[in-house]
Amino acid sequence: MNYYAIRAIYLHEMDRMRRTIGQSILSPVISTSLYFIVFGSVIGSMIPELNGVSYGSFIVPGLLMLTLLTQSISNSAFGIFFPKFTGSIYEVLAAPISSLEVIIGFVGASATKSLIVGIIILITASFFVELKIQYPILMLFLLILTCLTFSLFGFLIGLLSNNFEQLQVVPLIIITPLVFLGGSLYTIEMLPEFWQKVSYFNPVVYLINGMRWSFYGSSDINIFISIISLVIFLITCIVGVAIVISKGYGIKN
Amino acid sequence: MQNIVSIKNLTKIYDNDFQALRDISLDIKKNEIIALLGPNGAGKTTLISIICGIVIPTSGSVTVDEFDIIKDYRETRSQIGLVPQELSLEQFEYVFNNVSYTRGLYGKAPNPSLIKKILKDLSLWDKRNSRINELSGGMKRRVLIAKALSHEPSVLFLDEPSAGVDVELRQEMWETIKDLRKSGVTVILTTHYIEEAEAIADRVAVINKGELLVVDNTSDLVQSMGQKTLLIDLHDAIESLPLNLKNYNLTVLNDGLSLSYNYDSKSKQTGITSLLQDMKEAGLRLKDIKTEQSSLENIFVELVRENK
Repeated sequence: MNYYAIRAIYLHEMDRMRRTIGQSILSPVISTSLYFIVFGSVIGSMIPELNGVSYGSFIVPGLLMLTLLTQSISNSAFGIFFPKFTGSIYEVLAAPISSLEVIIGFVGASATKSLIVGIIILITASFFVELKIQYPILMLFLLILTCLTFSLFGFLIGLLSNNFEQLQVVPLIIITPLVFLGGSLYTIEMLPEFWQKVSYFNPVVYLINGMRWSFYGSSDINIFISIISLVIFLITCIVGVAIVISKGYGIKN
Repeated sequence: MQNIVSIKNLTKIYDNDFQALRDISLDIKKNEIIALLGPNGAGKTTLISIICGIVIPTSGSVTVDEFDIIKDYRETRSQIGLVPQELSLEQFEYVFNNVSYTRGLYGKAPNPSLIKKILKDLSLWDKRNSRINELSGGMKRRVLIAKALSHEPSVLFLDEPSAGVDVELRQEMWETIKDLRKSGVTVILTTHYIEEAEAIADRVAVINKGELLVVDNTSDLVQSMGQKTLLIDLHDAIESLPLNLKNYNLTVLNDGLSLSYNYDSKSKQTGITSLLQDMKEAGLRLKDIKTEQSSLENIFVELVRENK
C-alpha cells in the first residue's frame, strides 16, 4: 500500500477546501441557515408539530441530507474532474499508485469535507431550532456512510464527465429534486396517496427517513430498510467505479 | 553498457483505429541521453506515455530496470520522472506544495530539504510561495521539471522540453539535463528541434508514423548518413555550366559566382580531383573553396521524406 500517495492526495484535496473556504463551508452554511430562517422559524411557526416535533426541528435531518448529498457529490466529482480538465491527472496516472489508493485518497478527502460541513450545519441548526438526537451513534454512522457513498458516486460522475456541464447535470437535475421530493421538508403521509406510492421509488426518501429516525426515533420508513438501501447504493457505486476504472479510468487510453 | 529501459515489439492502436506505434523495439542504456526525434504525430509521446503508465499498450512489452511496466508497475513507475509536453499544472497551487505533492504521490516521505535543493537548482526557490498562475511559461516548465525530479528518479522523460521556451532558458535547460546525467540519471527526451538532439543527446532515435527508422550515436549518424558539400567561389560569374562540367552534379549559386558539389566522403572516389581538373580546363578561376558536413537536420528530413 502506497500510504504516502494516499496521504498526498488526501492532503492535496483538503488543501483545496482550505483555499476555497467560502465555497466549501460558508456557502452551504449560509444557504442552510436561510432554510432554517425561512422554513424553520418563519413558516415553521405557523405549522403544527409533525411526528411530535416542531416543524423547525423536523426539517433538520432533511436539510442535513440535502447538504451532505450535494456536497459529497460535488466535492469528489470536482476533485477528480479538475485534474482531468487541467491535464495534471498525468501525474496521478504515472505514479506508482493502485486505483484503490487513488479512490481512498479522493473519496476519503471528499467524505471528510462533507462530514465537516455536516457537523457545522448541525451546530448552525442548533442556533435556530431545538435539536435533540435520540441515537447519536446511529446518526454519526449514517452521516459517515452517506458521505462515503455519495462521495464515491461523485467520483464516478467526475470520472465519466467530459465537461463542466456534465459535471453539474446529476447534482442539479437529479439529486436536488430527489431530495426536495424525498420528504426533507414534509412527511410522506402528507402527500396524496398516489404521490406517496411514487415517493417510495425515490431512494432519497429512505436516506432522509433513516437520518430522521436517528434524530427522533420515528420516521415514515423502517430504519433497517433505510440502512439496507444505503448499503445497496454504496455497493452499486463501488461496482460502478470498479467497472469504469477497469475500462481505463475514463482518462486512460 | 547496461540497459535501463528495454522496449520489445511495442504496438499501440487507439480506440479510433489509429495506429500510433508499429512494432517498436529499442534498448535505452543506463545513464545516457537519448533523443526521440520525429515530426508531429510520429508517436513519440505515445511511446513515452506507455512507458510511464499513462497509455495502455496494445501489444509488446517494456521493462524498466528489468521490471515489467504493467506487472511490476510500482517498481517501474517509482524510478521514472515525467515532464509532460503541456504545462499541465493546477494554476492555484503554490510551487513548494505542488512539488512536494508529487513526491508524495510517488510514495516518498516528505523531504523539504530535498525540495528546497531542487527548487534552488532550477532557480525557483524565490518563487516557492507563489501560485503557479503567477509564473511565466518558462518557470512553469521548470516547475514541471522540479516535480519530475522530486522523487529522485533514475530515468527522466522529457516530452518536448523546449516547446515554447526562449533561447536562454533552452540553453539553461540543456545544462540542467547534462548535470542530471552526471548525477546518474538516464534522460529520454522527445523533440522536433534537431539542434537540441545534436547539442545534448548521446544517441538519436528517429520515429515517423509510429515506426522506428534509425537509432544511432548522434555523431556516428551524422558521419554515416551525412553527405559533404564542396562549396566553390569563383572569381568571375558564369552564365551556365561549361560543357565538360555537365556530368557533375553541380548547383550554380549566388548568381553564378558559386558552385556546390555534393559528395560522399566515405566513397573511394569523391570526384573532387577530377572536378577541379575539369574546372581548370574550362578556364574557371577559383576564389575560395570550403566543405560542409550535412547536419542532423538534413538527415532527419531525408529519413522522414523517404518514409512518407
